[in-house]
Amino acid sequence: MTSGDGFATYLFLLAAGFGATAPWRFVGVVLARNLDIDSELLNWVRAVSTALVAGLVARMVFFPVGALAGVGIALRLGAFGCGLLVFFAARKNLAAGVAAGIAVLLAGQYLI
Amino acid sequence: MPASPDSSGRERPGWTEGASRAQAFRRGAAFAPSTPAVVLFATFIGFGALAQATGFSAGQAVFTTLTVWALPGQVVLVDQMAKGAGLAAAAFAVTLTAIRLLPLTVSLMPLLRSSRMPRAVQFLMSHFIAVTVWIEGQRRLPALPEELRAPYFLGMASFFLVLNLIATMIGFLIAGRVPTEIAAGLLFLTPIYFLLSLISSARGPGDLMALVVGFLLGPVLFLAVPGFDLLATGLIGGTAAYLAGKRRRRT
Repeated sequence: MTSGDGFATYLFLLAAGFGATAPWRFVGVVLARNLDIDSELLNWVRAVSTALVAGLVARMVFFPVGALAGVGIALRLGAFGCGLLVFFAARKNLAAGVAAGIAVLLAGQYLI
Repeated sequence: MPASPDSSGRERPGWTEGASRAQAFRRGAAFAPSTPAVVLFATFIGFGALAQATGFSAGQAVFTTLTVWALPGQVVLVDQMAKGAGLAAAAFAVTLTAIRLLPLTVSLMPLLRSSRMPRAVQFLMSHFIAVTVWIEGQRRLPALPEELRAPYFLGMASFFLVLNLIATMIGFLIAGRVPTEIAAGLLFLTPIYFLLSLISSARGPGDLMALVVGFLLGPVLFLAVPGFDLLATGLIGGTAAYLAGKRRRRT
């Protein structure tokens, strides 16, 4: 399927990509129609979304894909922990936390 | 509507005073030096490289970023194509990753739309909803006046759009020339950014509880119900955290 760069391949990508993704967003728009910003239902949906993204984060750290899978779990968790620590030490500075985490991960790979 | 509907009592940014919708759009787009921009740029370089490695053309890689607009779905799509999967199998695999967009959209749309916004515009805006945009939306939009949220969001989305398309292209071009250590670093950026920005956008103990429960539940359910793990994590973890938070507010 990937061999050609013709119209058919783009159609396949559109169907399997956009066609499989967009409906969820569209249904979301429709379901949100009567939801008020301050409603209890929205609080629940936000909690569901938050837990879902947190689960995604844990999956990426504990069951990584690609090159990250080649990095040991100890270094992955260590870098993650350092990022968290620096984030809080720097009064919830996002850039500082991310930079610290990535620095530990890179340094760990080159030094250990 | 009170000055800020956000219960955390976030201060309204100074620039919103008398700002036009065009100004809000530009504000949203003026994102260049921020952390999410760096993280997105790096992750889409990773996607471009992956697409190249599995036999996509540059045009197909960019087309996928543009039309799917959600990284996990894109990675799965590339993977399915590489395996020579049929249309139904590929679409099914992609749609499993896309279910999570439903709660994200439901919780972001009420912030974005105004009562008179045409449905078509709402659908258009929803195309840009993915995890990073959701996080940044939750972080930035509540403090803005209602009428400026949509233009601000569209400015932000446009900036991310251009950024991600360029990054996909760059990744495609440099594929195979990135050392493994750096590639691992690029992949690590996304989870650490997601977690820290979730913490900084959390409003109160209920959100934090959802975060912790989701983080602990995620890996367990990944092993137990792969494919449905994220949805199950969200529903179980989120509901538990919501109920616990509600109980706490009452007492």
